[in-house]
Amino acid sequence: MDFELSDDLRALQDVARRFGADHLAKNARQWDREAELPRDIVAQLGELGFLGLFIPTEYGGSGFGDLEATVIMEEIARYDGATALTLDAHNALCCAHVLLAANAQQKQKYLPKLASGEWLGAWALSEPGCGSDAAALTATAKLEGDHWVLNGTKQWITNGKFAGLYVILARSKPEGGKDGISAFLVERDFPGLHIGLKEDKLGMRASDTVELTLDNLRVPKDNLCGELHRGFRDTMRVLERGRITIAALAVGLARGALEESLAYAKQRVAFGKPIFQHQSIQFLLADMATEIEAARLLTRKAAILSDAGKPCNFEASVAKLHTSEMAVRAGLNAIQIFGGMGYTKEVPVERYLRDAKICEIGEGSSQIQRIVIARHLLNL
Amino acid sequence: MDFEFNDDQRMLQQQMREFATEVVEPGAEARDQAADMSDDYVRQLAELGVFGITIPEPYGGAGLGVIESSIVVEEISKGCGGTGVLISAHNSLCVDPIMTFGTEEQKRKYLPRMATGEMIGCLSLTEPGSGSDAGAATCRAELKSDGWHINGTKIFITNGKQAGVMVLIAVTDPQDPKRRLSAFIVDRPHPGLQLGKLEHKLGIRCSSTAEYIFEECVVPETALLGPRGAGLRVALTTLDGGRIGIGAQALGIAEACLYHATEYAKTRVQFGRPIGSFQAIQNKLADSAVRIEASRCLLYRAAWLKDHKQEYGQQAAMAKLYASETASLVANHAVQVFGGYGYCQEYPVERRLRDAKITEIYEGTSEIHRLVIARGLS
Repeated sequence: MDFELSDDLRALQDVARRFGADHLAKNARQWDREAELPRDIVAQLGELGFLGLFIPTEYGGSGFGDLEATVIMEEIARYDGATALTLDAHNALCCAHVLLAANAQQKQKYLPKLASGEWLGAWALSEPGCGSDAAALTATAKLEGDHWVLNGTKQWITNGKFAGLYVILARSKPEGGKDGISAFLVERDFPGLHIGLKEDKLGMRASDTVELTLDNLRVPKDNLCGELHRGFRDTMRVLERGRITIAALAVGLARGALEESLAYAKQRVAFGKPIFQHQSIQFLLADMATEIEAARLLTRKAAILSDAGKPCNFEASVAKLHTSEMAVRAGLNAIQIFGGMGYTKEVPVERYLRDAKICEIGEGSSQIQRIVIARHLLNL
Repeated sequence: MDFEFNDDQRMLQQQMREFATEVVEPGAEARDQAADMSDDYVRQLAELGVFGITIPEPYGGAGLGVIESSIVVEEISKGCGGTGVLISAHNSLCVDPIMTFGTEEQKRKYLPRMATGEMIGCLSLTEPGSGSDAGAATCRAELKSDGWHINGTKIFITNGKQAGVMVLIAVTDPQDPKRRLSAFIVDRPHPGLQLGKLEHKLGIRCSSTAEYIFEECVVPETALLGPRGAGLRVALTTLDGGRIGIGAQALGIAEACLYHATEYAKTRVQFGRPIGSFQAIQNKLADSAVRIEASRCLLYRAAWLKDHKQEYGQQAAMAKLYASETASLVANHAVQVFGGYGYCQEYPVERRLRDAKITEIYEGTSEIHRLVIARGLS
């Protein structure tokens, strides 16, 4: 056993922390209000190598594993959840799917652009009629000559507004359930891809979420990503691993809620002493701190298993479920500690709560995670 | 980072797991009902080496660390929480302070006999009027020409019935607010020391919880453990380590509850299918598993920090707080999964719900732990 981060990881943590403190912290409130992340922030993330987290160095990426990714995600989310979510969808969904399933030629073509941040990546699975039940998706893909023609609607597409590359899941075989789904690499300017308006969301407001309409979207035959009809298997693997970075994101949000409310509790005076000295406030803080510690350990444990190529479906679900629900509790507790002030946008804790809520829903809801965990226990 | 046990630790885990399954669990119900454990059973545990796990080899122990002693307590507690605390209290509350604060002579006198289990150890700290507020102890030790004269009453002493040696906290300097208390090593039996009542408890019933009455109990001057006036420090340092042991006990209880609930959910059929196929049951099992996984991470990190001589008080408090509340929660879920059967002693979770509760109280209540954790944040 060894519970310490290596020196390299600490150095990486420091880089991410400094970027968050210097470039994200003071702007996050404005970005949230305007529901827009400036393009130059994405460029800066690219310069730091954060847009090529998992992409090997030969394609211009950072060549990191999940442990590095969790360290970075926690730090970025500590200061701005929306920036972290942008990173997550790009790295852990789009890039991860390309890395997992694309052929050498496709990798050569797309990964350098994704790694540098020239192109932001998006990933399109959900539809108006299918969320948790992803295998029920209805968007279709038909081969016509040397093109696949895609039709349907994709929903909740993070980074969808600005992305240069979309991994889109569609039904390549009308029958067959999950065994008739394929993934396609879709460039932004492929004819027939219509990018809808941004969703007006509770939280993660600066991260854009759009609907995509696939209207006879023409995708070159060569842009099939992975095996024909086997896209669902790859999708599940992407989601399984993606839970680990989402978990790290939730840890970062909770840490933000804790650190902000701890600082406030030390200076806010009530009944003649800082509220930090009242047991009721201490208890809230103690619970937040304990749950955050546990959450971080669970997340890193899953990341280490994943990096070692070991099965981690159970551990990733455990981490994702615990961290996301913990982050919502931390957000609520933080608002409680700030009192009326916490209910306003003057202080950032209400944003942490709003941002945290999506972690219980996206990339496998808490309900789905519980089913995954229980099935593992019951050998179902 | 690396969350995995090494090969030796895995072997130890396997050995303890087998013993827990073959010996500890089968007798647990009877021990619970008798509210006692036999000397033979304690001897069997001693032969397994559980009482000398952390004692250095020159003193007859295995010379292993806190990770290993946590493995022992976790695995044994899966079979029986009362047995788990026998081991934890011996190791954490008596062996540990003697190793940490004892003189060479004291170590040589006690540790070899503690390692073999010939002497079971305990800590005499709590009094009727001093629980969480350990500094308010009143049991008195006065130095006279023939040694320390001890007078007073100590209660809630885990292992009190079996113990051959104790670490005792008593008032030596009542006028000195910072150095009121001192620690002593006291043999048992001892003239002037009487075993008072044994508590009838909700859970961990086979573990003895005793009252000690000291009336002109005279121990030699050399019985002092650590410097005079350092009693509170000895007590609090000891409890820091004890928290890891109780966290391990709680973890073991919780794991056993989840195991039994899961097995039951696979076989119990209602509405034409195993109840484990219903989401209502799956949710309980999943929530239990998540808290157990989190507890294990917190616990073994605290143990690792202590083994590596790093600050661990905060992490041990978090581990103990989280694991103990997890044990109660998971045990309660398990009883619910078993339904009416879960409420009956014939089934394996009723006892564990009762056992789990104590982990939220002893060696620092959940409330004290939250204060410790909050103070550590500032």
